[in-house]
Amino acid sequence: MALPNPEFEAECIRRILAGEKHLFHDLIRPCERSIYFLLLSLLKNETDVEDVAQETVIKVYQNLDKFRGDAQFRTWVLSIARNEGLGRLRKIGSRKEDSLDAETDESSGDYTPAILTSWREIPAEALEQKELGAILRQAIEGLPEIYRNIVLLRDIEEMDIRQTAAALGISEASVKVRLHRARAMLQRKLAPQLKGFAPKRKGWFGGRA
Amino acid sequence: MRIECKHVWEYISAYIDGEVDASLRADIDRHLETCEICSAVLDSTRNVVILVADDRVFELPTGFSQRLHARIDRELEAPGG
Repeated sequence: MALPNPEFEAECIRRILAGEKHLFHDLIRPCERSIYFLLLSLLKNETDVEDVAQETVIKVYQNLDKFRGDAQFRTWVLSIARNEGLGRLRKIGSRKEDSLDAETDESSGDYTPAILTSWREIPAEALEQKELGAILRQAIEGLPEIYRNIVLLRDIEEMDIRQTAAALGISEASVKVRLHRARAMLQRKLAPQLKGFAPKRKGWFGGRA
Repeated sequence: MRIECKHVWEYISAYIDGEVDASLRADIDRHLETCEICSAVLDSTRNVVILVADDRVFELPTGFSQRLHARIDRELEAPGG
């Protein structure tokens, strides 16, 4: 996720409203991935996602003078994306707006981790990046929706817990519970498949952060 | 305080995010020093989190950004846009 830069955003918005319209491209660019993943978590269909993403940025542009700066720009953009996404869902009529919250956090499940000790010991590079991507996507797509949403925003798009809660319209406590379960389910599913693969990140094996 | 493996698993996600308080973190760290299983669970869960966050694994569809900005251009050029 591109880091937010409130000063750049405020300056951009001021100049766009003063007539330098082309700056809107620069303003919205850091939010593109977040818009995409938020809408993907709601709509799943890539054609709908792209369509609604375009409607979202136009709406952001048309309402730019209403942004007050009391929320982060990205959060404001994502609330528009979420509204547009829910609007599309209603239009499609495939689900009700409130069905997002219909699946509760009370559902019992097995969140026991996969027990293995070998992941750290096997050299990396056992899997091609492409193959790895396919395995990860498949695992995430296989998650129940309320967990998939959280992973898309929190772990793929690296929003913080507050932003994830705001984007999905749920409490921060729910985000934490769902995040924990989602990661446990992913670990359980992926650890046995991925034990030959270690992410390349400096200092990874050198103890815990 | 001595804690059980199950207790550690409950807090793995929060631990990775740095969201556990200092005393619980110390308990978990102490447990991890001697528990190979929990260490492996922690590392594999963290591996999953890191892999999932890798931009190369989840790329935007080809042309998504170009089409988005083309749409913005049409709006900017429209009368009153």
